[in-house]
Amino acid sequence: MRFGVIMFPGSNCDYDCWWAIKEVTGEEVDFIWHKEENITGFDCIVLPGGFSYGDYLRTGAIARFSPIMKKVKEFAERGGLVVGICNGFQILLEAGFLPGAMRKNKHLLFICKYIHLRVENPHTAFTNLCKKGQILRIPIAHFEGNYYATPDTLSTLQKKSQIIFRYCNKEGEITDEVNPNGSLDAIAGVCNERGNILGMMPHPERSCESILGSEDGKLIWKSIVTSLKRIKK
Amino acid sequence: MKEPVKIDKDLIKVHGLTDEEYEKIKEVLGREPNFTELGIFSVMWSEHCSYKSSKPVLRKFPTQGDNILVRAGEENAGAADIGDGFAAVFKMESHNHPSAIEPFQGAATGAGGIIRDIFTMGARPIALMDSLRFGCLSDARSRYLLKGVVGGVAFYGNCIGIPTVGGETFFDKTYQGNPLVNVLCLGIVKKDKIVKAQAKGEGNTIFYVGSSTGRDGLGGASFASRELTDESHEDRPAVQICDPFMEKLLLEATLELIESAVVVGMQDMGAAGLTSSTVETASRGNSGIEIDISLVPRREEGMIPYEVMLSESQERMLVIVKKGKEEEAKKIFEKWDLHAAPIGRVTSGNSFLVKDGGKIAAEIPVKALTTDAPVYLREKTKPEYLDGVRNLDLSDVPLPEDLNSIFLKMLSSPNIVSKSWVFEQYDHMVGTNTILLPGADAAVVRMKGTKKALALSCDGNGRYCYLDPYEGGKIAVAEAARNVVCVGAKPLAITNCLNFGTPTDPEIFWQFSRCVEGMAEACKELKTPVTGGNVSFYNENPQGAVDPTPVVGMLGLIEDIDYLCTPWFKKEGDLVCLLGEGEKSLGGSEYLYHVHNLKKGQPPKLNLHLEKALQKTCLEAIKKGLINSAHDVSDGGLAITLAECCILNEENLMGADINLKESEREDVILFGEAESQIIISCSSSNLNKLKKIVRENKVTLKVLGRVGGEKLTIKKEEKPLISQSIQELYTTWKNSLSSYFEM
Repeated sequence: MRFGVIMFPGSNCDYDCWWAIKEVTGEEVDFIWHKEENITGFDCIVLPGGFSYGDYLRTGAIARFSPIMKKVKEFAERGGLVVGICNGFQILLEAGFLPGAMRKNKHLLFICKYIHLRVENPHTAFTNLCKKGQILRIPIAHFEGNYYATPDTLSTLQKKSQIIFRYCNKEGEITDEVNPNGSLDAIAGVCNERGNILGMMPHPERSCESILGSEDGKLIWKSIVTSLKRIKK
Repeated sequence: MKEPVKIDKDLIKVHGLTDEEYEKIKEVLGREPNFTELGIFSVMWSEHCSYKSSKPVLRKFPTQGDNILVRAGEENAGAADIGDGFAAVFKMESHNHPSAIEPFQGAATGAGGIIRDIFTMGARPIALMDSLRFGCLSDARSRYLLKGVVGGVAFYGNCIGIPTVGGETFFDKTYQGNPLVNVLCLGIVKKDKIVKAQAKGEGNTIFYVGSSTGRDGLGGASFASRELTDESHEDRPAVQICDPFMEKLLLEATLELIESAVVVGMQDMGAAGLTSSTVETASRGNSGIEIDISLVPRREEGMIPYEVMLSESQERMLVIVKKGKEEEAKKIFEKWDLHAAPIGRVTSGNSFLVKDGGKIAAEIPVKALTTDAPVYLREKTKPEYLDGVRNLDLSDVPLPEDLNSIFLKMLSSPNIVSKSWVFEQYDHMVGTNTILLPGADAAVVRMKGTKKALALSCDGNGRYCYLDPYEGGKIAVAEAARNVVCVGAKPLAITNCLNFGTPTDPEIFWQFSRCVEGMAEACKELKTPVTGGNVSFYNENPQGAVDPTPVVGMLGLIEDIDYLCTPWFKKEGDLVCLLGEGEKSLGGSEYLYHVHNLKKGQPPKLNLHLEKALQKTCLEAIKKGLINSAHDVSDGGLAITLAECCILNEENLMGADINLKESEREDVILFGEAESQIIISCSSSNLNKLKKIVRENKVTLKVLGRVGGEKLTIKKEEKPLISQSIQELYTTWKNSLSSYFEM
């Protein structure tokens, strides 16, 4: 399978994604420069974390206008898999690929630490190797990860099982105390209705090796590979 | 700004130049300087750029070693050989004054500046560390400064994508109003790709790259070279504004440029901006240099040559490109949307020529501004306060009745508590190399594609140095080395930040000299040469000078990451042992300060031979896989160190039962501080093998107790002194710092 990792100016988790996909998961991966005209030949596009264009305005607000986003849109419309991690998630929201918006964290501080996630929907292209309710240990690192959606949108997300991950404690319970950023309904990751675009605040690329403290992130990359193989058959 | 018509005495004084220095300028030029030249001399001869007071003292540092590739002072940062064809480039720098008046921007630009020093040498930065000191947390201004400084480092490091992997945060009223903000950056480069900061080869082109030039940061180097006063906030325009996104582009473009082999040399435009970068690169290349400042991109109208030359606008670099390769270089800059302008060329001869279109704005011999700048042998006198404060009569220190509550009080001291409120604001994981998260004795980053990892530790104890600058200097180096040893790394070399008061005060200069002598002694004995660093004088507030505070940044190398060691207890039933034996002292201890409000006594003495043997023993034990944890005994003494061993791993708290066979006073036993001691834990089956190594190295090992249970109990001759649930210890330690910021 061939992954493409987009490099916006200011992306800084691009190499980390590359390493996790190539060296840990053993799949093919290339960078896609934000000025690239042609992005054919990829099975999955990754929008990595970082501070695209500095994010001085609002996270993802400039990147959504990057010419490469038109190509990503076409790719997704053809059914290609797209994953936005952290800043990538913020860009997908700003670009309208996913419903909702991000606010600053409830404590108004950047926060970087390992947290626990509960898999709410294991029947997606991104989580098919997980069990329902499985608890993953994956780090977060962001200032704007406080997810918000209107009541209507939230109820649609719930009804259509588009909420993929929620913040929880070690035991899998969801409480205000363990919600690190104040996200509505403790949402950590959502997908679109079609199920081919995922946005998540936690960084699976940072938790693919035991030496880094967790290998749970691998489940996401491997799920993607599994579903791509199924599609290709 | 308008050019003054005449240079008079007041103008000379405002520029921080003495009458003698002005006479010397006239002698060098053979005429009166013009206004632009006066400004150039003033910044290049400032303490900040010229090290005119510290140079003769810094010569005492050992700077040579088998693995030293770039020695202190040769380039913008030092470089050490780490094998496999790679070099580690690292340096620490202070940004104290800017942070005192504008904490967020001051700290952020401090981080930005040191990062540029690393990547302009061709190295990819892989880690940041910060060493921060503030006044008391109970003071609102100190909390404001802490919040701003941490926010600034976070903003810069997080955005540019370099993990801030650890550091230290310390509070003491001596730093009230004059915080210390020292940031260290570590980078990795292939040995043969190290780029020099030199302008060489007649006709090669000088490129100006990055942000445009404005009036921000005007005269920052001079600002850094005087004391802070009540009016210092009026110097706010001397603090620069940062743009980490621009720096990220500069970083990537620079490394790409170096790969393409079109670069002769490059330098960051840091303190004294365009002036120092052009002059210093020419000086190192033994060349002349000619620039036309009408070609310098500007963001403000009507700037006079003086302002262009002295601006400290951030995120700008000077790149010397091989003649004929200009287009190739431009293409790379354009790819990264960077503005790059050719503004001059390298010349033969030795003249620094600044043109403004057709007019000559300044013409000065290069070396007059660098190697031939004035150097002073400052007077030094042993401070009068010393005899008084060294005397500590223990009978004046009441022994607390309830040691359990004192123990909790110690654990909630801002200097002991978990610093997670600080480091969780830093992205400490980006790069996916951080294999030991912040909070351990040292930070560890792996080198992808090898079995190796680099360990970093920042240490310095201003109280010890206040009470005994020489021992304090020694201890700063030894403790930093011990910290990297505790994670399994061999200490290689140091960088440092020397934070002191006003150097023309003989008592301050005595402190400075003694600290440096102590550090030099320890560096020689432990074979960790000094690869560079920075001196920050004039750290004074209206109440006086800060405690003398040298901060050491130690680099260590782990050959095999399978033998990484961590400080926390791991297995029920493991033996808890004390490796090494140093004499305990309450002098300068956290206990004396936090519980009894005293800063007195003789700090612990350090025997460097014992220290060396201890470090060798610990490393051997780790490499042979004999021990399960190692933690340096430091601030707060044995009791606090043991508590940390129990609670540092949040995922798995572990109790311990300890019995001490000591005869001293209970508070000395528990909270007295000593050097050359490490708490280790090991399985009892390894004890004999461990004892053998201990004997061979002539150090001592005492079994203190066992790991296990839900409590930490410390007894003296079987009589309980402390018994606390580890959950309570954890909660106290974990939440104390953030409680200062909850609304």
